Amino acid sequence: MTSTALHPNPTFSPRRVGAMVLRYWYLLRGSWPRFLELAYWPTMQMILWGFINQFMASSSNWVANGAGVLVSAVLLWDVLFRGQLGVSVSFLEEMWSRNLGHLFVSPLRPGEWVVSLFTMSLIRTIIGVVPAALLAIPFFGYSVFSLGLPLAAFFVNLILLGWSLGLLIVAMILRYGMGAEGLAWIVVFMLAPISAVYYPVSVLPEWLQWVALSLPSSHVFEGMRAVLFGGAMRWDHLAWAVGLNAVYMALCTWVFLYSFKQARVRGALLQTGE
Amino acid sequence: MTGLLGGNGAGKTTTISMLLGLLLPTAGRIEVLGVDMVRHRHAVLPRMNFSSPYVELPHRLTVRENLTVYGHLYGLSGVKRRVEELAEHLDLTRFLERPSGGLSAGQKTRVALAKALLNRPEVLLLDEPTASLDPDTADWIRTYLERYRQETGATVLLASHNMLEVDRLCDEVLMMRQGRIVDRGTPAALLARYGRGSLEEVFLDIARARTAGEATDREPADAAE
Repeated sequence: MTSTALHPNPTFSPRRVGAMVLRYWYLLRGSWPRFLELAYWPTMQMILWGFINQFMASSSNWVANGAGVLVSAVLLWDVLFRGQLGVSVSFLEEMWSRNLGHLFVSPLRPGEWVVSLFTMSLIRTIIGVVPAALLAIPFFGYSVFSLGLPLAAFFVNLILLGWSLGLLIVAMILRYGMGAEGLAWIVVFMLAPISAVYYPVSVLPEWLQWVALSLPSSHVFEGMRAVLFGGAMRWDHLAWAVGLNAVYMALCTWVFLYSFKQARVRGALLQTGE
Repeated sequence: MTGLLGGNGAGKTTTISMLLGLLLPTAGRIEVLGVDMVRHRHAVLPRMNFSSPYVELPHRLTVRENLTVYGHLYGLSGVKRRVEELAEHLDLTRFLERPSGGLSAGQKTRVALAKALLNRPEVLLLDEPTASLDPDTADWIRTYLERYRQETGATVLLASHNMLEVDRLCDEVLMMRQGRIVDRGTPAALLARYGRGSLEEVFLDIARARTAGEATDREPADAAE
């Protein structure tokens, strides 16, 4: 018996990452409602906040001075939300189809799987947010792309935080089973009031400002407003966002790997599912 | 081919899970093809595979899509060709573009077997491969497994409740009770040791915790209860 058809088994295989991305892509392309759902909420949110932005601009100097501040905020918030959801939902697809057992008796490694979840999250976020951002141009005469290069920095930092949160939720579901499934849709909203999405951190009570400033998202939204109101990039906020993201990503990766190992101790990988 | 026999809860699926590295043992060592499965399972997983009717492939993907994804995960060269070859061998060609969830139990079992054979495994673990299949389909699967074993020389571990299946396919049988191997041997040796005419009677003796010596004093197995 030979296994000449097999390649060596490297520690990290881009091909296995690609195989998992292909698996999620097959699922996505086979269902137009899934595509529609991805773009639906960001677009609806953008339209809602676009009209609020127009109304507020006529009665508030603050909004009037920062063209499209609320539209930019809602689109960037959706980057964080879709980024997290992209990781959690792709993972839940495996739970719903009871496929973890097959996946982890194949040569797939947890790290490769996580990279494929991140890749799918990026794809899902782009499919969801870019159409809304493009529609904002004819609808409200505002282009979030006018933020320029800082937009890329904001996007990267928010999606990184979304991935960290997604990993944390995956870890919770691995630990507590499908009873924790609802976390995928609610956890990110715990961050919304203290992420300074639509208002500055200074609005918050002083003790809460420290909590807010411990989140990369607050620094991103403060940085966004600095660009929109003054045209200047706040490098201090960017540095804080990057540093905090590095800490949270390391922490959440550790929690995920620990939960994965515990799932092997309990034999949960073969039995998880609905 | 080795059969793993035991009542419900005897530890067959747990044993298979540990052999695959899905479950960490609380004590002892597990080696497959000379590799420590707890510490280095990724070195040997490309040479193994697994099939169980209780772990299904994603329902919404077509048969071809599922097999293609796993072909890439196992690092095969010529994935498309291998998928079509297996589909032909397992009479699945006309189902390749159908969603896996829409197939009958027999068709799903054949798809699961195709997935398990994608990488031409040297070690194949099968958990009740013919459970809930009609006799004709089950016989077809057994014949295919016999042929695969003869052609490749692969090691096959078969957990089953079907004594006729084990008697037909297995060179050796491991009898389990409460997480332990309580007896082992060829089907013929076990029949002789317990003085029984069928593996089912031997199974009942072991499930009811009778030793080979006690069993030979009783006749038949069920009348003794």
